[in-house]
Amino acid sequence: MSDLVKRNETEILELYLHIPFCVWKCSYCDFLSFPASGEIRHAYVDKLVQEIRECGKRPETAGRTVATVFLGGGTPSLLESEETERILDAVGTSFSVEKEAEITMEANPGAFDGKKARHWRKAGINRLSLGLQSACDAELERLGRIHTGRGFLESFHLAREAGFENMNVDLMSALPGQTTESFLRTLECAAELSPEHISAYSLIIEEGTPFYESYGAMEADLERFGEYEEIPLARRARYKDLLPLPGEEADREMYHLTKAYLRERGYERYEISNYAKPGRECRHNIGYWNGTDYLGLGLGASSLLAGSRFSVTRSLETYLKLTPEDFRTGRQYIETSILSEKERMEEFMFLGLRLIRGVCPAEFAERFGCSMESVYGQALLKLREEGLLALSGEGERERIFLTEPGLDVSNYVLAKFLL
Amino acid sequence: MAIVDQSKIRNFCIIAHIDHGKSTLADRIIEMTGLLTSREMQSQVLDNMDLERERGITIKAQSVRTVYKAKDGEEYIFNLIDTPGHVDFNYEVSRSLAACDGAILVVDAAQGIEAQTLANVYLALDHDLDVFPVLNKIDLPSAEPERVAAEIEDVIGIEAADAPRISAKTGLNVEEVLEQIVERIPAPKGDPDAPLQALIFDSLYDSYKGVIVFCRIKNGTIKKGTPVKMMATGATADVVEVGYFGAGQFIPCESLSAGMVGYMTASIKNVRDTMVGDTITNRENPCAEPLPGYKKVTPMVYCGLYPADGAKYPDLRDALEKLQLNDASLFFEPETSIALGFGFRCGFLGLLHLDIIEERLEREYNLDLVTTAPGVVYRVHKTNGEMIELTNPSNLPDPSEIDYMEEPIVSAEIMVTTEFVGAIMTLCQERRGVYLGMEYIETSRALLRYELPLNEIIYDFFDALKSRSRGYASFDYELKGYQQSKLVKLDILVNREEVDALSFIVFEDSAYERGRKMCEKLKEEIPRHLFEIPIQAAVGGKIIARETVKAMRKDVLAKCYGGDISRKRKLLEKQKEGKKRMRQIGNVEIPQKAFMSVLKLDEE
Repeated sequence: MSDLVKRNETEILELYLHIPFCVWKCSYCDFLSFPASGEIRHAYVDKLVQEIRECGKRPETAGRTVATVFLGGGTPSLLESEETERILDAVGTSFSVEKEAEITMEANPGAFDGKKARHWRKAGINRLSLGLQSACDAELERLGRIHTGRGFLESFHLAREAGFENMNVDLMSALPGQTTESFLRTLECAAELSPEHISAYSLIIEEGTPFYESYGAMEADLERFGEYEEIPLARRARYKDLLPLPGEEADREMYHLTKAYLRERGYERYEISNYAKPGRECRHNIGYWNGTDYLGLGLGASSLLAGSRFSVTRSLETYLKLTPEDFRTGRQYIETSILSEKERMEEFMFLGLRLIRGVCPAEFAERFGCSMESVYGQALLKLREEGLLALSGEGERERIFLTEPGLDVSNYVLAKFLL
Repeated sequence: MAIVDQSKIRNFCIIAHIDHGKSTLADRIIEMTGLLTSREMQSQVLDNMDLERERGITIKAQSVRTVYKAKDGEEYIFNLIDTPGHVDFNYEVSRSLAACDGAILVVDAAQGIEAQTLANVYLALDHDLDVFPVLNKIDLPSAEPERVAAEIEDVIGIEAADAPRISAKTGLNVEEVLEQIVERIPAPKGDPDAPLQALIFDSLYDSYKGVIVFCRIKNGTIKKGTPVKMMATGATADVVEVGYFGAGQFIPCESLSAGMVGYMTASIKNVRDTMVGDTITNRENPCAEPLPGYKKVTPMVYCGLYPADGAKYPDLRDALEKLQLNDASLFFEPETSIALGFGFRCGFLGLLHLDIIEERLEREYNLDLVTTAPGVVYRVHKTNGEMIELTNPSNLPDPSEIDYMEEPIVSAEIMVTTEFVGAIMTLCQERRGVYLGMEYIETSRALLRYELPLNEIIYDFFDALKSRSRGYASFDYELKGYQQSKLVKLDILVNREEVDALSFIVFEDSAYERGRKMCEKLKEEIPRHLFEIPIQAAVGGKIIARETVKAMRKDVLAKCYGGDISRKRKLLEKQKEGKKRMRQIGNVEIPQKAFMSVLKLDEE
C-alpha cells in the first residue's frame, strides 16, 4: 500500500483536470460531457491552460507538492496530442510536480493509435485508464459504447507497446440482460490482459440519463423490493418489455465473484470497487478517501482545498468568457462551502471506510484532537454488534474497517456516521 | 342603536349543499345591505379562518347583522346566521337553525338537489322554519332552473315557482332575495318583559373577554349586569357586555331583547360552561322551562394522538387544552401505548373534525404527531353484567369476560346518478349495509337509504363513494343507535412483537380481509432492514395473515470520487432525514404515517 497516507497532508496536493468532450454520450453516463467541434475544443484547451497558470499562483497552492495528476472527462483521449502536451506543460511549469508523480489519463478504446499513445508517454502521462465496461458486444451496444470487445483488446496492446506500464481497466456489473456467466467472461477478458489495476462498478441508474428514462422505475422497484418476484405485478407491468436488470441476489453474486476471481489472479481489493496488484493502487483516488487536498481545474471540476469544497462552473459559455484576472480571484467557482469540523469528521469516516483497510482512530485523534470513540462510540459499538464493522491491531496501529457483510450494505453503515 | 321594533327583525340562515353558493350569497347580502361596500369585502368574508378557506367550508358558525331598506321604504334588521356545512357538525347546525325563524334554501341550478341539501332542509322543516328556495348559478350554461324548481317541489314539497333565479357571483337578482326575506321570513315573536330565555347557538373563546356567547333571545331582555345562569350546565355569571355582529367584528349595545340575535360576554373562562343548545336565563328571575333540543355532544370517532418526540408531550397537552378552549366538542384524555409511549385518546365528531384538529396541531402548534387509526365507540357487555364504552381497542377485556358487543349504526342517505346505483349498492353491501329503500329524484338521480355500521364508513367510505361514482355521489348520515355484532380485536405483530397502537376492532367476518390488507400495506410502508421482518395479523392469538419484508442484501454506492463527494453527502443526509419520521418499535423502524395509512383500504 502506498505510503501516501504517511506524508504530511498539508504539503501534498492532487490535481484533477476535466476534459468535457465526448464523441458520443453513453446511455448511463451522467458526467459533465458533450460532443464539441474542434473550434470549441481549442478554445477550451486555451482557457484551461490559462486557469492552470493562474491557479498555480494562488497562495493556497504555493509551496505545495503535486503528487498526482488526473485527466478525466468526458473523453480526455479525444484531445489532439499537441493539446494534451500543452496542458501537461502548463501543469509542470505552474506547479511543483513530484518527479515520481502519478499522472493518469482516461482513454476510450478505439479512440487512439500507437502514435498518439507514444505522445502521451512523452508528455508525461504514466498511467492509462481504459473503459472496457463489458467484453460482450451486445452489452456494449446497449450501453451506447462506441467500441467493441475486440477494439478494446487492440487499444490495450497499443498502450502497452507505447510503454504504459501502469494501466487500469474499468468494468461494469448489474447491466440489463447481464448474467453471472456473461460477467465472468468480462472479468476473464480483463484479467487476461493483466492490467495493474481494475475498477469494477455496479451500474448506477442516474437521473437525467437515457437509462433512467427506461430503467429508472425498474431500478427503484428493485431497490425497494429486492427481487422481481417481490414486486407487485401492477408495478412490473410498466417495464415488462425491457431487458431485466439483475435482481439483488444476482447483483451480489457478481460482486462477490469479482472479488474471488480477481484475488485468485493477484488483484487485491483495496476499496469498495477498486482492485490492484500489490503496490499498484491508484494514488490519486486514495487521496480522495483520505481527505487529501485536491484542486480541480476545468469545467465542473471539484476541489477540496484548505478546508473548503468548491467547484468550477458547469457552464461552458461562462467558462470560456473568464479572464486570467477572474481565475486569479477564483471567479470560476460556485457552490463554495467551508467544511465545519463536524463535516470533516463525517468525511473522515464515510470516505475513509470505503478503503478496505478502513480508518485509524489514532489518526482521527491527531487530526481532530479528540478520540473517535468520544464522537462515534455508540455507532461503532452497534455496528460491531451487527457484525458490520471490525477492529484489527491495537494502540496506534488499531484500525476499524467494514467487514464483508458490512461492505454489502456500506451505505447503511456510512450513514450512521453523519452526526 | 334605537329601540328595536320586533316586527322589523328577520332571523334567518342559508342552507345549501357544499359549493352551491351559500357563502357567496351571504357575501352579496352583506354587501347589498349597507354594512360594507363591495371594495371592502374580502371574498367570502364569513369564512374567517385560513383552514376554512382552504377547504372551502365553514367550520365555525358566525353571524352577521345588517340593515336593509326594503322597497316598502322601511328598514329591516337582517340577522344572517351562518351554519357549518358538514355532516360531522349536525348538532351545531340544528342549534343554529333553532336560532332562526326562517331559512333560505340555495340550490345550484346546474347540480340540483344533493343529499346534504335534503338533510338540512328536513332539519329546518323539523324546526318549523319557513324555508324559501333560491336557484343559484343561473349564469352557468348548464343551469336548468325549470328542472331544479320542479325537483324542489317534488322532492321537498315546497313551492319553487317564485324562487328567485340568481347568480350570487355576479349579484344578478339578489335584490329579489332580499325582498323575499322581508316577505317570507316571519318576524320573531317573544315577550321582552318575560323572564329571560335565550338559546346559545355558538361560542368563541377570547383571551380578554372570555367566552363570547352567541345567542338568540326568545323571551326577556339581557344587558350589562344581568345575573345569568346556564340551565343545563348550571354555570352562573354576570353579564359584562352584550352586542351584535358586524361582519367580523363585535359591536356592543345597550341590551338585547326578545327576537334579537347577538352575543354576550360574562368573563366566563370555560367554554364548557356555555354549551351549544343550552338556555340562558336570569337566575334571579328564571324562566320556567329551558328551550328544547339541548343535547350533550358526544364524539363519534376516537384516535390516539402521540407526539413523535416523547419530550414534546407537555407541548401536545398544552396545545390540546388551547384548542379545547374554543371547541367544546373536542375530547381528550391521557393514555399510554407500549409502542408509542405517552399520548392522548381524543374524541371527535367525525373524521373531518379529526383532520382539522390534527392539522391545527401540526401547523399552529408546530407539533409532529403520530396518529393511530381512528375507531368508533363500542359497547362491551361483560359476563359480570358490566357495560364498558370502549374507545381504545387495546383496552378490550379478555374474550372470556365478554358476553356480547355492540357497535354504533347510522342511517345514511346517498344521492347518486342512476348509472352508478348498482356500484354504490355493491359498496354499501360490502360495508355491511342494510338496504332501507330508494327513490328516484328524476330519471337521472336516485336517493338510496341504507343503515350502515359507523366503523365501516368513517375511513374511506366517502372516497370509495366518490371513486365508484366518478365523483357524482354525495352522502349524509345520522347516528341511529347501537346494534349487537360479532366483533373481534385484530392485532398486528411486527417482527413478532405486538404493536398495540395498530390494534383495532373489526367485524369478525371481515377480519381476514382486513388483516391481509393491513399486512400488505405495512409491507409497503416499512423500509427494508438488515434482517427479514415478518408482519402478521392475529385474532385471539391466532395468526390469520402474514407478509414479509425481505432483508436488505445490498446497499452500496459503487463510485465515490472527488466530484461525487458533495452529492454523496446529500444522499446520506437524506437517508438520515428519512429516519426522523420513523418510530422505533423494538428493532424495527416504522414510518409515522404508517400508523394511520394502514386504514386506507379501498385502493381501486
